[in-house]
Amino acid sequence: MKEISCKLLVIGSGPGGYVCAIRAGQLGVDTVIVEAGKPGGTCLNVGCIPSKAIIHAADEYLRVTEMAGGKDPIGISLSKPAIDLKKTVAWKDGIVGRLNTGVAGLLKKAKVKSVQGWARFRDGKTVEVETETGTQVIRAEAIVIATGSKPVELPFLPFSGNVISSTEALALKKVPDTLAVVGGGYIGLELGTAFAKMGTKVTVVEALPRILPLYDQELTKPVAKRLEALGVTVLTGARAKGLSSDGSALLVETADGAEEKIAADHVLVTVGRKPATEGWGLDEIDLDRTGPFIRIDDQCRTSMRGIYAIGDVTGEPMLAHRAMAQGEMVAEIVAGNKRSWDKRCIPAVCFTDPEVVSAGLSPDEARATGAEIKIGQFPFSANGRAMTLQNEAGFVRVVARADNHLVLGIQAVGAGVSELSAAFSLAIEMGARLEDIAGTIHAHPTQSEGFQEAALKALGHALHI
Amino acid sequence: MAEHTIKMPDVGEGVAEAELVEWHVKVGDLVREDAVLAAVMTDKATVEIPSPVEGKVSWLGAEIGETVAVGSAIVRIETAGDATSAPMDDGEGEAPIAEGMAPEGEKLPPPPTQKSEAAAPSKPVAKSEPAKAPSRTATNGSTGAPRPEGEKPLASPAVRLRAKEAGIDLRQVPGTGPAGRITHEDIDHFLRQGSQPVATGLRPDTSVEEVKVVGLRRRIAEKMALAKSRIPHITYVEEIDVTALEELRAKLNAEKRPDRAKLTLLPFLVRAMVRAIAEQPQLNAIYDDEAGIIHRHGGVHVGIAAQTPSGLVVPVLRHAEARDLWDCAAEINRLAEVSKAGTATREELSGSTITITSLGAMGGVVTTPVINHPEVAIVGVNKMMMRPVWDGSQFIPRKMMNLSSSFDHRVIDGWDAAVFIQRIKTLLETPALIFVGD
Repeated sequence: MKEISCKLLVIGSGPGGYVCAIRAGQLGVDTVIVEAGKPGGTCLNVGCIPSKAIIHAADEYLRVTEMAGGKDPIGISLSKPAIDLKKTVAWKDGIVGRLNTGVAGLLKKAKVKSVQGWARFRDGKTVEVETETGTQVIRAEAIVIATGSKPVELPFLPFSGNVISSTEALALKKVPDTLAVVGGGYIGLELGTAFAKMGTKVTVVEALPRILPLYDQELTKPVAKRLEALGVTVLTGARAKGLSSDGSALLVETADGAEEKIAADHVLVTVGRKPATEGWGLDEIDLDRTGPFIRIDDQCRTSMRGIYAIGDVTGEPMLAHRAMAQGEMVAEIVAGNKRSWDKRCIPAVCFTDPEVVSAGLSPDEARATGAEIKIGQFPFSANGRAMTLQNEAGFVRVVARADNHLVLGIQAVGAGVSELSAAFSLAIEMGARLEDIAGTIHAHPTQSEGFQEAALKALGHALHI
Repeated sequence: MAEHTIKMPDVGEGVAEAELVEWHVKVGDLVREDAVLAAVMTDKATVEIPSPVEGKVSWLGAEIGETVAVGSAIVRIETAGDATSAPMDDGEGEAPIAEGMAPEGEKLPPPPTQKSEAAAPSKPVAKSEPAKAPSRTATNGSTGAPRPEGEKPLASPAVRLRAKEAGIDLRQVPGTGPAGRITHEDIDHFLRQGSQPVATGLRPDTSVEEVKVVGLRRRIAEKMALAKSRIPHITYVEEIDVTALEELRAKLNAEKRPDRAKLTLLPFLVRAMVRAIAEQPQLNAIYDDEAGIIHRHGGVHVGIAAQTPSGLVVPVLRHAEARDLWDCAAEINRLAEVSKAGTATREELSGSTITITSLGAMGGVVTTPVINHPEVAIVGVNKMMMRPVWDGSQFIPRKMMNLSSSFDHRVIDGWDAAVFIQRIKTLLETPALIFVGD
């Protein structure tokens, strides 16, 4: 097969890789992208997007189920609903399919050449791709490694049979009666909550003393409360030990040292993700690492000249939007522009119930910088719009420096707060002070008023509380 | 809402107009009572105009550099009080005070007496920062405060991108925005100023900065142009052997009474000039060329050109003929100090009849001094240095110094100029002659 020579080769077409390729194409860089699966990577195929579809379906189902219970305060009543998960999954697959086609189309529009197959480094300038029609050799001046990450597997609970990762959980044929979730991070809780809403008896096993351990307790409390209301059993400080001999239950050592058997049609293991550093010839080029990740500098350059790495393979936070921003930056660097990583915040969202958003520093992180801080917190229970949506749980919290009121961090927990992340990160990225947020008119009636009120609160003169 | 008009105050001494050299406020600013609104400059002194009321500046009546007649309106201030629906009486009650004073423009505003005299001539440009304070909101401005070591510069993504592309390290850029945020204007400013040259080689600089010639600088410019266009200068340079004078000076300084000022060369020169002028009074004169009259002065009032932070000023050593060497030295020192401090009075800065200009250690070999119009002579002191001098059989080291002096050739012939300088040379080279008969 004829060798391909190009200016830029991108390995992996997840959100980091495809954004990098599109931007490079826009800038007139001769670009090739290699992907073994479908375009869009984990995010689009088995991550962010499909999980949001399932979560939405579960929310819809729960809503009508509660109405069918005859206790709906709004006054709607209907007969008992049913969910056909096969159809739900098909609907979700339809969305994924549209987005796959969309990404492929965008790449084409940007004049990026797509090669389907598994890539492997031969040396720092050359990659071999196993395609359906044979080995394709690609030589490139610059190569971007965007291979992403994979679910971490527990040695005593290997993925197979009824031990599943998030990928399989998003493609179940029917709603399981029982589900054990090992790992109380955001992936496990998002999916666990969705299945609980669809009627599954869910048990979450978390080794640390509380769920969502990366967030502070104040933020996670409404989530824990909601899980309880949904009938989800949360075992904190508990360790999964393995499957029972007949495979129908998960063995757990609880916080007080007792052995417990948790009946489970499926055991969903969500104990984190690890960088995908195997199978593509990392050994051939021997790049420096930071722990399990590929080490990069502020321009996403690896230890080898001309080789860049972006996204989950380079470290935490493993978030699609971080990878996208890195991909865009690398494309511009390859095109000859001066760029370096200068972001002030990478917002993070948990699509739990209620949702959790965090941008910038938490109060503890802010204190750890040695700065005197001010905190303003406004509860949605005092927000009119939240009341009309029956979403009064949660709050918005603003963390600012005490001396010049520079906003250091903004967090929120509440229904739909994921959409507030835009305002939060914009405020931090623009270097807003409390007065800037307090002085911005926030439309009434919206939940976003909670943001303005939190800033006012930090300034000592909140109006609606 | 009452409006208060502030007029150009009578700054005294029969001055009919003054030049506006600085605005401390702009339209829209809130000012407190006694806040400085503007600075105006008369012939010699800068005077600050304070606000007699509290309110909002609604109108400014002159541009910087404009000359404004005493009594014309220069600022209008809206005084508050009845912006709300408070009874009109309140507003009326205030208004008479404000307006009653305004139309006449007599007692108004608090005449700038000592305070403004003290703030006199040296500062047409300084002092703008504190005056801006009222226009800012109170909260923790920390404007332009230096960024603590290691703290990340604060800037919006667009500013960061621009800096990156321009090769600017944002850590080097002072931020003037809220919380020290770096704005686009800060980048503009930084680019105009030019950062510390980075190792990127030579670059053409196409920037042009406009500097308005106002205040003292404008006075100097006008005066120099007048002198050079009206007076046909003749410049005469002679070298003086000051070895003996320097020995005498060292001795006098070594044995001086502690309360006496240290002697420089200038008091000797002043005394020598007094002597020479006694023989040639036409050199100590004011030439009114329009009237065609030369005013020969009996008193020798020696202007001593002095460099100050804001420019050239010429304080005057009055009646040098009536002062001995020590007295001259003390007075020259005092004048130098008040000039540098900017506290010299109008009297101290006017009335000279002949001038000395000296650049001290920077003096150079020769200068072509410009006569201090309407005088007729100026004596310039060049740098003193050890030079080899042929004494007829060998070179010997002597302390030599040039005098570069200019004369108004309309009224001073070259011959007379030469005689004058030769006389000073004789006196300085044999310094005892300066004192004989004293």
